[in-house]
Amino acid sequence: MSQDPQQATAVDTGSWLVCQANVLGETVTDLLIVDGVITQMGTELSDENATVIDASHQIALPGLVDIHTHLREPGREDAETVETGTRAAAKGGYTAVFAMANSNPVADTAGVVEQVWGLGRAAGWTQVQPIGAVTVGLEGKNLSEIGAMAESRAQVRVFSDDGKCVHDPLLMRRALEYVKTFDGVVAQHAQEPRLTEDAQMNEGSVSADLGLAGWPAVAEESIIARDVLLAQHVGSRVHICHLSTKGSVELVRWAKQRGIDVTAEVTPHHLLLTDELVRTFDPVFKVNPPLRTDEDVAAVRAAVADGTIDVVGTDHAPHPREDKECEWSCAAMGMTGLETALSVVHHTLVETGAISWRDVARIMSQTPAQIGRLEGQGRPLEVGEPANIVLFDPAAVTTVDPEKHASKGRNSPYKGLTLPGSVRATFFKGHPVVLDGELMRPHPAAR
Amino acid sequence: MKHLLSTKNLTRDQAIEILDTADRMADVGQQSVKKLPALRGRTVVNLFFEDSTRTRISFETAAKRLSADVINFSAKGSSVSKGESLKDTAQTLMAMEADAVVIRHGASGAPQQLATTGWIDAAVLNAGDGKHEHPTQALLDAMTLREHRSKLAGTATTGTGLDGMHVVIAGDILHSRVARSNMWLLNTLGARVTFVAPPTLLPVGVEHWPARIVFDLDQALAQNPDAVMLLRVQRERMHAAFFPSEAEYARWWGLTPERLAALDAAGATTAIMHPGPMNRGLEISSVAADSPRSTVLRQVANGVSVRMACLYLLLTGDNSAAQVL
Repeated sequence: MSQDPQQATAVDTGSWLVCQANVLGETVTDLLIVDGVITQMGTELSDENATVIDASHQIALPGLVDIHTHLREPGREDAETVETGTRAAAKGGYTAVFAMANSNPVADTAGVVEQVWGLGRAAGWTQVQPIGAVTVGLEGKNLSEIGAMAESRAQVRVFSDDGKCVHDPLLMRRALEYVKTFDGVVAQHAQEPRLTEDAQMNEGSVSADLGLAGWPAVAEESIIARDVLLAQHVGSRVHICHLSTKGSVELVRWAKQRGIDVTAEVTPHHLLLTDELVRTFDPVFKVNPPLRTDEDVAAVRAAVADGTIDVVGTDHAPHPREDKECEWSCAAMGMTGLETALSVVHHTLVETGAISWRDVARIMSQTPAQIGRLEGQGRPLEVGEPANIVLFDPAAVTTVDPEKHASKGRNSPYKGLTLPGSVRATFFKGHPVVLDGELMRPHPAAR
Repeated sequence: MKHLLSTKNLTRDQAIEILDTADRMADVGQQSVKKLPALRGRTVVNLFFEDSTRTRISFETAAKRLSADVINFSAKGSSVSKGESLKDTAQTLMAMEADAVVIRHGASGAPQQLATTGWIDAAVLNAGDGKHEHPTQALLDAMTLREHRSKLAGTATTGTGLDGMHVVIAGDILHSRVARSNMWLLNTLGARVTFVAPPTLLPVGVEHWPARIVFDLDQALAQNPDAVMLLRVQRERMHAAFFPSEAEYARWWGLTPERLAALDAAGATTAIMHPGPMNRGLEISSVAADSPRSTVLRQVANGVSVRMACLYLLLTGDNSAAQVL
């Protein structure tokens, strides 16, 4: 294995002068990047060795960090590979992704997490930080090799059975306690299994009309209520994956008021789409947790604005065409998201005035890196900091065409939709993996 | 109208046109030669992913009375368990130049997917999809209700809706596509619908439906509705904690001999309907099923007429059916 992009300062990534970037939508400045580090910021910088990038009218944010990505490798390379998934991440402005554990084999041993971590390093498009399974095989029975994964080269800090809920309350308690050893966190997929047997969509007036088995809000909320109380009881921190209902927002808000160490995530699709789309019976809209109602969408947007929801995680879940080109009830759950997330956040939260670009940096970069204890990511754009930077043109208009996505997945729910903004450049440890909106070369430290 | 996928999206005029056409089709069934040449040379595929002999032979009879060629394709179980996708199955049939696909499928939405994905270009008739819709069942029920009223009033059915009628539908509303299709169509045609069910067998969100919900069958029947329709209780519901026992279900939500006697005593003109097949002794007692009020066999006969009308209107694209018949 060659040099580590995480120690990229040792690698020559050249000099780049980013001109006239609007940092956090607050300050227009130039940034000089030399060998992976932001070395100067200010107006009218010059460096004759540097390649000049015109970033006028573009927003500069710290490289995005996705706390919730499915890279599918190992096991479902037909759906996505680490290579294609990280290309998609780079195009979306992400300089780090947390890879969920529900691969095949499950990432429940040091061997699997090191494999995924190594594939990420070899690809060189973005930093891949594996998430470990909480229980062996995601079966909810025995704790996985949590310690071994934590001290492996992958340094796993986030544990999740995502796709399945750690529903046994005693096992959840033990996991919450055990990860305190190394300041880890359990990321819970909150879904009471008995209440969601064969569930196909949000339970409500649309499911009543369509005759599809309902996935009730209470199945999410009851687990969140239990888990915040468990976290309080044992003094651990807990992260709630893809929170989707108004009631969940109220529970997390209540828990935070009580000082419970809980963080919550919402997906881009739960910020924009509702279960009315299921009336089309197009399985591209089938996802877990399901698309909810207008009222829930309004609640999660407000919760991001007031800080109840801490992060936006994509839950990027690519599927091969045949897994979506079938009857609704047979179709796989999940939608792609890495390449559209920033535009959806721009559309649903920034354009609506709910949050600022500084908040975008917080919910899509800084806080996800903090939750996952990922060093060198989610850092402020300041002199001396690692040059993980995304340049975003907020005025661009993009009509989503999944056929043009770098992800193998074509299951984007935004197909044909016009969304604002476009990622123009992504600097990963000082190296432009994306320029002019196109993939360039991987980080030179890769391979 | 290119497809018949649901009753929710049928307009009143479309529904009445189908019913009027069905009335004329019924006359064909009364002739010694029960056949029209209307669909000669056209091919109708009955694509049944779920067992349903009754619905299949009803569609088959309807197509044959219109002189269409009929292909029966029975893909028992889900397409996925068979290893062939819905798309491949449908496209295979299209390669055989089917003009219409009558589809029965266990998955809600499968007919709509056939109609909207571009996999095929035939007319799609929904013969029951999951718990979603069963439009021809609702249409045959509406035809039966129209007939019931005209018989009592001595008036003609042609051109009429079901205005002012009151229909009680009792049983497993949650899992019933018949209940859903009837609710939309009966409302469109001006009738009032009352659902009677144990609360466990009503969907969340039912409060948004154009139907009154009551838990007490006696209370609903005391209003002397124009009809009471009993829905079949699927045996697998018994073991899923929807209600404590068959006996209790029959006692509270079944059309028992006592409830039949109460209708008689009140002098009600209530028709007794059932989409079949019946669980005698559970949702409907034998005396009720066999009473003169029962329209169960009229429903079967009307089913053929309604399906003839639907096939005819979809495949001829002729919206002035009267000039042909």
